[in-house]
Amino acid sequence: MSAAENMPPEMMEPASVMPGEGASWDRGRVGMACLIFGESTFFSVFVVAYLFYLGKSATGPQPSDVLEFPLLATVCLLSSSLTVVWAVKALAAGQSFRAGLGLLLTIMLGGCFIGATAAEWSGLIYGHGLTIETNLFGTTFYSLVGFHAAHVILGLSMLCLVLVGVVMGRLGSEYSERVEILSWYWHFVDAVWIVVLTTVYIVGV
Amino acid sequence: MSASAGTSNSGLGSGAAPAWTRVLHDWVTTVDHKKLGVLYIGCGLLFFVVGGLEAVLMRAQLAMPANDLLEPQEFNRLFTMHGTTMVFLVGMPIITGFGNYLIPLMIGARDMAFPRLNAWGFWMFLFGGLVLYMSYFASMGLYGAGTAPDVGWFAYAPLSGRAFSRGNATDYWVLGILISGFGSISGAINMVATTLTMRCRGMIMGRLPLFVWMMLVVSLLILLVLPVLTAAQVMLLFDRFLGAHFFDTQAGGDAVLWQHFFWFFGHPEVYILVIPGFAYASEIIPVFSRKVIFGYAFMVAATVAIGLVAMGVWAHHMFTVGMGRGLNIWFAVMTMIVGIPTGIKLFNWIATMYGGKIRLQAPMLFCIGFLAQFLVAGLSGILLAGAPLNWQLSDSYFVVAHFHFVLIGGLLFTIFAALYYWFPKVTGRMLSEKLARWHFWLFLIGFHLTFTTMHIPGLLGMPRRVYTYPADRGWEIWNFISSVGVIFQVLGVVFFLVAVGLAFWRPKRAGPDPWDAWTLEWSTSSPPPAYNFLELPEVRSRRPLWDLKHPNDPDWEHE
Repeated sequence: MSAAENMPPEMMEPASVMPGEGASWDRGRVGMACLIFGESTFFSVFVVAYLFYLGKSATGPQPSDVLEFPLLATVCLLSSSLTVVWAVKALAAGQSFRAGLGLLLTIMLGGCFIGATAAEWSGLIYGHGLTIETNLFGTTFYSLVGFHAAHVILGLSMLCLVLVGVVMGRLGSEYSERVEILSWYWHFVDAVWIVVLTTVYIVGV
Repeated sequence: MSASAGTSNSGLGSGAAPAWTRVLHDWVTTVDHKKLGVLYIGCGLLFFVVGGLEAVLMRAQLAMPANDLLEPQEFNRLFTMHGTTMVFLVGMPIITGFGNYLIPLMIGARDMAFPRLNAWGFWMFLFGGLVLYMSYFASMGLYGAGTAPDVGWFAYAPLSGRAFSRGNATDYWVLGILISGFGSISGAINMVATTLTMRCRGMIMGRLPLFVWMMLVVSLLILLVLPVLTAAQVMLLFDRFLGAHFFDTQAGGDAVLWQHFFWFFGHPEVYILVIPGFAYASEIIPVFSRKVIFGYAFMVAATVAIGLVAMGVWAHHMFTVGMGRGLNIWFAVMTMIVGIPTGIKLFNWIATMYGGKIRLQAPMLFCIGFLAQFLVAGLSGILLAGAPLNWQLSDSYFVVAHFHFVLIGGLLFTIFAALYYWFPKVTGRMLSEKLARWHFWLFLIGFHLTFTTMHIPGLLGMPRRVYTYPADRGWEIWNFISSVGVIFQVLGVVFFLVAVGLAFWRPKRAGPDPWDAWTLEWSTSSPPPAYNFLELPEVRSRRPLWDLKHPNDPDWEHE
């Protein structure tokens, strides 16, 4: 019954010329899609908690007292999704200077977003005395916005690595697909921000 | 090997590293899906012994009324550690281990999609498990002795909050499970990516072995619900360390929110654990009935349906908290609906056996045990889904008996079946059929003595998680029988361990295909080489090995 020896030659072909039926799917893309799927459920829980506790804080301040619409941060983060697409396209075309420029712009825009968040938080903490300990609003606000910001920082770190690689000439067009997969993560962080923005700054105030 | 172990301290860099360090180095640094699968299953079995001994202690305490073998606090720690261990450190790694080992072999691939991520996931699981058990030594920090967490495996907040669970024992529970959860999530990503992108030529989704289909659904479920537990645990950590108020009722926090979050994870987790059991049975029953699986497409559809419905049943764990009529009806009805796809599966397995030439070898014995016991588990589950009856039985030993029927009668029996079935593939050696029979019958008798009996004290009103009980309630005899059953179960497992030891001490060679099976893992040698297949196979039907063995009557002419 040892089937391995009995395998007829026409059933066996060398691996190199044999893409699987599923080879039209790239494993990196599927892996990143799965990661994004899992991360989405993670964020959903914090969104649910935020909405569930809306208006249930025993003490002030309330969201409408202290939150301002983060227009600058939003513009920066959303436009960074465009620049990263530009960078990926340039990298695929082998234009490493334009790719580096696009990555640099993306990182600067993401940095602006983090800077705006930092300014907002310092105003909330030192100006209004709102910390994670203050009330349910503080608890849910800092968790949700903080986890998003943490993901932005994670994305920025990876983009910085890619930028270093491009500047050093180590990252050419052969890696553009991997950088594109990384850009998916960046788009995801952007999409989460739209949800956070809607939840916290539009529905919540 | 052992001689050099005692004498040599030389580092790995030096050319003359002793054999055992080379073996150790090989296993610690491996990214091979087969070795990682063996590591997962091996560590899972080690934790199984630990969690099993915890259960033995609890049953010893409960054998007699007003027993004082264990302190109440010690009992609380034991049921917490037993439940947490069995779910997160036994069930999860063993199902991940089988998935790791078998998916690439079954789909004709050389490894998982992300081998290094795979290794990372295993070490995260092991690290998380060790963090949990560190609590016994370190949870009081520098003050000396430690204590294990005592908040139950679902760690209801606010009970597990800072106000009511002082010290760090609960933090070890949170962090240990959080860390091993990262491992599970990465493993699920890997299994989905492998299944979708690494299939050999001809292995279209409609020809995937049911094992692979079911693990795909399980992986998607993990991705859907495990991050929910992670998020809830992060909230609990924020409450405990940063003074946040997620579960703090003093500040307006909700006492039931944790229950919703936990069971939104916790109920699908039951399916995450038991669908792999279905997966093993779906591979083993056809081979030992000498028939094609009955209703392949229905099996796939039923699995997907279970996965979908599983997302809408979580609050049947919470009927007693008072959710109101509308929610009670929803969750009762949804829970009963789960019985439909599950029933389809049971009928399909039975229809597969019907008219088949059944070979009653160890894997099949355990599968038949599974079929009967899982039916009972499902029926008592439907009983519990009725909210009014649930108000009577919730948190009683009836519930304990029910979920042990699911997880032992269902999952553990199929895990044993899978161990007997694939052990020859993994090691190239057969397990003794004689010892396997002893194992099966002892474990079967022990299981029913313990858990069939356990329904009765539950119906008589014995609550779960009590460390002792008075003698005048009519519970004594049932508890005594339950505890006696444990002896049989332990003996059964000892026979299994002896059989494994014997397989290495006096090997009986297995050959590549000892069961005359039909899926691709049996087409390569036992154990498979590091590269799995010398040349990647091409598949034309759901039973590629049948086609090879029967060129005159291949399956692909009929599918």
